[in-house]
Amino acid sequence: MAPEIATVELTFSPLPVHVRTARLVATAVARRGGVEEGLLDEVRLAVGEACSRAVEAHQQQCPAEPVRVALRDGADRFEVVVTDRVPNDDPAGEGTTEVSPDLAELNGDLNLGFAVIAGLADDVDISSTPSGVEITMSWPAKKD
Amino acid sequence: MDLKVSDYTTDDDLTVINVEGEIDVYTAPKLREKLIDLVNKGKYHLLVDMEKVEFLDSTGLGVLVGGLKRVRAHDGSLELVCTQERILKIFRITGLTKVFGIFDSVDDAREHRKKQK
Repeated sequence: MAPEIATVELTFSPLPVHVRTARLVATAVARRGGVEEGLLDEVRLAVGEACSRAVEAHQQQCPAEPVRVALRDGADRFEVVVTDRVPNDDPAGEGTTEVSPDLAELNGDLNLGFAVIAGLADDVDISSTPSGVEITMSWPAKKD
Repeated sequence: MDLKVSDYTTDDDLTVINVEGEIDVYTAPKLREKLIDLVNKGKYHLLVDMEKVEFLDSTGLGVLVGGLKRVRAHDGSLELVCTQERILKIFRITGLTKVFGIFDSVDDAREHRKKQK
C-alpha cells in the first residue's frame, strides 16, 4: 500500500519571514479542502504558532535544516502536521532547547503559543521524538 | 505585509500607539522596539490602538506583556483599543483579558483614565 501523500507539502528555511508564507498556504489549502470560512482564521493562527515555535527551535539548534509543513485534505478532516528537526526538544518549553534572551523576551517567557494552538485547533497532538517535534492539528472539512 | 507603528501623545499625557498590519514572529520586534523607545523617553502611560491589526499571534502577545512589565516598573499603564472579535479571541484564550484593559475606542480609554484620576 502506498504511503499517504500530503495534498500540499511545504519546507522552508527557519526564518521568521517565512512563517507568514506558511500561514497563507495553509489557509488556501484549508479553504480548498472544505474547511468552513469561519474556521480559516483558526487554521491560519494555529499553523502560524506551530511554525513560529519550530523556527525558534531550529534557529537555536539547526539553522540549516528546513521546517516541514504537511497539509492533508482528507475525507472529512483537514490535517496539518508541522515537523521540526530538533531532537528531544520538549515542546512545553522545559526541554533541552535554549531560547535566546531576545526570543524569550519576544515571547514574554509565557509560552503562549501552545495555549493558542490548544485553544484553536479542533484536535491537537504533540509528539516529541528522537528526530524532532511533530505537531498535528486538524479541523472538520465538508466536501461538496 | 509590513507592520506600521506610529504614536502621538495626548494632552492628558497618554501616548497612543497606532498599529497597522500583521503582528507575528517576523514583525513583532518592530513593535517591541517602539515600546522600549517610548519607555526610554519617559512615556509610561501607553494605549495601543489595535483596530487596524489584521493578525496577532503569541509573539505579539508576548511583546505586549513585555511592554506592560516595563511600564509597570515605572507605575505606568499599557492598555489596548480593540473591537475585532478575531483578535479579542486570542486574548481570551490566553487569559490576557484579565491582564490588559481593553477599550472600544481611544476616547473610551481616555474617559476611563480621567475617572481613575
